[in-house]
Amino acid sequence: MRYLPHTKEDVSQMLADIGVDSIKELFKSIPAEFQLEKPLDLPNALSERELVRALTELAGKNKVTGFDSFVGAGIYDHYAPVVIDHILKRSEFYTAYTPYQPEVAQGTLQALYEYQTLVSLLLEAEVTNASMYDGATGCAEAALMARRVQRKRDKVLIARNVHPEFRRVTNTYMVNSLEDIVEVNYGKDGRVDSEDLANKLGDDVACVIVGHPNYFGVLEDLEALSEQIHAAGALMVTTFAEPIAFGITAGPGRFGSDIIAGEGQSLLGAMNYGGPSLGIFSTRQKLVRQMPGRVCGKTSDTNDKCGFVLTLSTREQHIRREKATSNICTNQGLCALSAGIFLSAMGKEGMRKLAKLNLSKSEYLKNKIRELDGYELEFSGPTFNEFVVRCERKPAPDVLCDLYGMNVLAGVDMKNDYPELESHLLINVTEVHSKAAVDKLVDALASR
Amino acid sequence: MSIPENLKYTKDHEWVNIEGNIVTVGITDHAQQQLGDVVYLELPEVDDDVAIDEPFGVVESTKAVSDVLAPCNGTVIEINEPLVDAPETINSDPYNEGWMIKVEISDESELAELMSADEYKKFVEESE
Repeated sequence: MRYLPHTKEDVSQMLADIGVDSIKELFKSIPAEFQLEKPLDLPNALSERELVRALTELAGKNKVTGFDSFVGAGIYDHYAPVVIDHILKRSEFYTAYTPYQPEVAQGTLQALYEYQTLVSLLLEAEVTNASMYDGATGCAEAALMARRVQRKRDKVLIARNVHPEFRRVTNTYMVNSLEDIVEVNYGKDGRVDSEDLANKLGDDVACVIVGHPNYFGVLEDLEALSEQIHAAGALMVTTFAEPIAFGITAGPGRFGSDIIAGEGQSLLGAMNYGGPSLGIFSTRQKLVRQMPGRVCGKTSDTNDKCGFVLTLSTREQHIRREKATSNICTNQGLCALSAGIFLSAMGKEGMRKLAKLNLSKSEYLKNKIRELDGYELEFSGPTFNEFVVRCERKPAPDVLCDLYGMNVLAGVDMKNDYPELESHLLINVTEVHSKAAVDKLVDALASR
Repeated sequence: MSIPENLKYTKDHEWVNIEGNIVTVGITDHAQQQLGDVVYLELPEVDDDVAIDEPFGVVESTKAVSDVLAPCNGTVIEINEPLVDAPETINSDPYNEGWMIKVEISDESELAELMSADEYKKFVEESE
């Protein structure tokens, strides 16, 4: 990125042009007693070499290699081919601003349109927007959208096995109507308890929010849920944090999801200490005018040539103000672009292979854990690349601690978010875990 | 610009057709001209209540979004469903096929505030 500072001559010229003697004079409207007359209490600037050295030493404190991490819980360790950077880091893409002016932004707009299309294909959804901040805010926006669409219904049912952070953010967005949020329990299979759901459905329910895969890594029976939810006149909102699953299992759109809101971080190929993220948001065509966020459309110009443009802007707050579908006025442009390149590079075959690899490694680990004494697979439902293990020999935190000493991050202690899961670990395996690493985890668990 | 004699008019360019305690509401020829091509229309549902000078619907053109205000208090008894699927009818036929809602009103005296065709014509000319 270029940085072009002003020279002393530039500054003198500008001051002369506006008829001012010094920069200090520009601040004369601020009372003297509020003006700082001494330099800021900071150390002297480092030279470039000193600076690079100091930051390198600081970064060296991070432990990046030598660990095998089986931690998922919403942010997953996947590999993104380097070809992505070759396109992503082109300055035309990397430094592009929001494409409000289609006449100078066709590259960005076409890329967004392709991202939207590829995601729609992956999720088997009718229409996808240009992205939200992340899965959690997407989930919250989906709840609000459902309430808008279902005008006389206010209640939002949300499954307890939906990602805890998605649920917390939804609570935050609905902080003034928390009584409208109702939690639905899960069963022994790790899926939504359909009896509990039946008891809570009613003609005041706008939507039911489920996870697929849910936080336990379990895939719901979306077809059955869809029937039950739609029979009660509610919308089905399907959330996810692991889109790679749809390389091998049907997209949520196939089984009646009215709104889909998920986290696309897996498509970005880097965990980056938890961000940036990618809010994937899709819905049915007939609900598109209630969908929040930017959406890119294809059209033709005055010369009948194909062109792309941000469209349906009357949903947005710069047109509708307080009646807008959301106050969001941005998207995760660079991340959406990155995800689009990833999906395009992988293609249908690549996504299927990737998903199969994840699934088979996870099943391999599950089978090995089944054979161990003192560890049980908690839920019977089908999982993708993540699952919950009950630690019976030692409490889960102790297991984690022991394995950390062996350079293995065995998973996530679930008790903080699920007090009823007192000694449980959430364990994730992806294509990046070698068989040796998985075997090492199993041996480590066995030895504790 | 067409301003039918038999209708009443509001300052927000809605027309009102009064038949006893049932009124029919739409937007005027002047309004549709100002808006441009109408692409989308949002209407209330039957049995919804409407309040005088409060928005009951939204009309969207290629260049603007505009609230449509109720000329009186009452309850919606009928909406022009085909219009929602063909909103461009508001441009081609604002006074007939372009009718939006029928309202059963509670207080006929509210309608006394509305402008006649002549008054509306003058109102539009003065605001140009």
